[in-house]
Amino acid sequence: MKRHVLHPLWLAIGLVGLILVARSFLVPDDFGVHGDSFTYNFHRLSNIQEWQDFPVKYQGYDSCTECHRKNVRTLRRSPHRRLECENCHGPSGNHPDDVEYLPRNTERELCLRCHAFLDYPNSARSEVPPISTRMHYRRQECVECHVPHDPREYIE
Amino acid sequence: MTCSRRDFLKEAVGGTLVASLPLSAFTILSPEEAKAAIAEAKVRWAFLVDTRKCIGCGLCVTACKQENDIPFDAPVTRTWVERYVVTKDGQTHADSPMGGRDGFIDDKIRDEEIAPEDIAKAFFVPKLCNQCDNPACVQVCPVGATYQTHDGVVLVDRDWCIGCGYCIMACPYGVRFFHPEHKVADKCNFCYHRITKGMEPACVQSCAFGARRIANLRDPDDPVTKIITTERVAVLKDEYGTKPHVFYLGLDANVR
Repeated sequence: MKRHVLHPLWLAIGLVGLILVARSFLVPDDFGVHGDSFTYNFHRLSNIQEWQDFPVKYQGYDSCTECHRKNVRTLRRSPHRRLECENCHGPSGNHPDDVEYLPRNTERELCLRCHAFLDYPNSARSEVPPISTRMHYRRQECVECHVPHDPREYIE
Repeated sequence: MTCSRRDFLKEAVGGTLVASLPLSAFTILSPEEAKAAIAEAKVRWAFLVDTRKCIGCGLCVTACKQENDIPFDAPVTRTWVERYVVTKDGQTHADSPMGGRDGFIDDKIRDEEIAPEDIAKAFFVPKLCNQCDNPACVQVCPVGATYQTHDGVVLVDRDWCIGCGYCIMACPYGVRFFHPEHKVADKCNFCYHRITKGMEPACVQSCAFGARRIANLRDPDDPVTKIITTERVAVLKDEYGTKPHVFYLGLDANVR
């Protein structure tokens, strides 16, 4: 073959080889088809484990019971029994070790999420005891009068 | 030996087909191997949303953002709650301020006052990733950074995503967004780190009204699976053929 054909040919073959060598270094070993479908299961296998290792922050009220037994019991017997502790107190994360992590939300807006009156008679919203956001002690925090752990009680 | 052109072509096509059969097609699985292959598909996660129970408190959105480290004040969220108000003249008004993160306290919708006597019906609809069986977002990914796990959840590989945004465009439900900190595509993954440990997703746990529930469709004794298989459930945008796995009870035709 003529030189003007061979030279670019070797160059092209060399380039392809270089890309293949670079690829073998750059692409992780566990990258490939892990499942039935090339379309949906083409990925890095270890990423599944990476997502499973993502830290849990909302622990659920069971984890609160150990130390805060009295408060949990009061809450569970009150009309607020459906609420998780962490809905108002924030995600506990690694709370017993890191006390600072727990922010407590006592804002009026937190209570209004459920209790603000919306005139939607066929929605489940109407089953929650409503207050008028404009009329009911407008500038005060709810917890100044109401006990959130048992809303049937009032602070005198 | 004579060979007509027709015979030659026939033989050639047949021979090529036989030669292209991979040896692996003839592998006989041992009972243990067959069992392992089936066991892998013992879990198929699905979600049940009861729109009749949702009161629009938005605690699920708050919980999701905090659990999954989604920047709290950024206008992106993995799950959100929509409010629909259908007036008697047949018009649908919908909003979802900040994805419903702070609940729905005001009765104004997009600064529009709607008189209570004009309302025909009003309701809340939580939304999240549908973990489709045929996920359009996965089909379009050019680098293999998003994929479907064997239990049906679609995940995004944050180390592998190049942030091109094709998947964000492809999702018919608009559940994907660009993560402002990691600079990659992000989406709900049913709290994969929780469900694989036997916990509920953060939104399910924080829902005080039982409007959100997680199910394993492969477990016939799962109470939520029983509801999905025996009651009248609907999915969003069925016509796209994505086979979504978030099922809705009491879904209204006005929900898009």
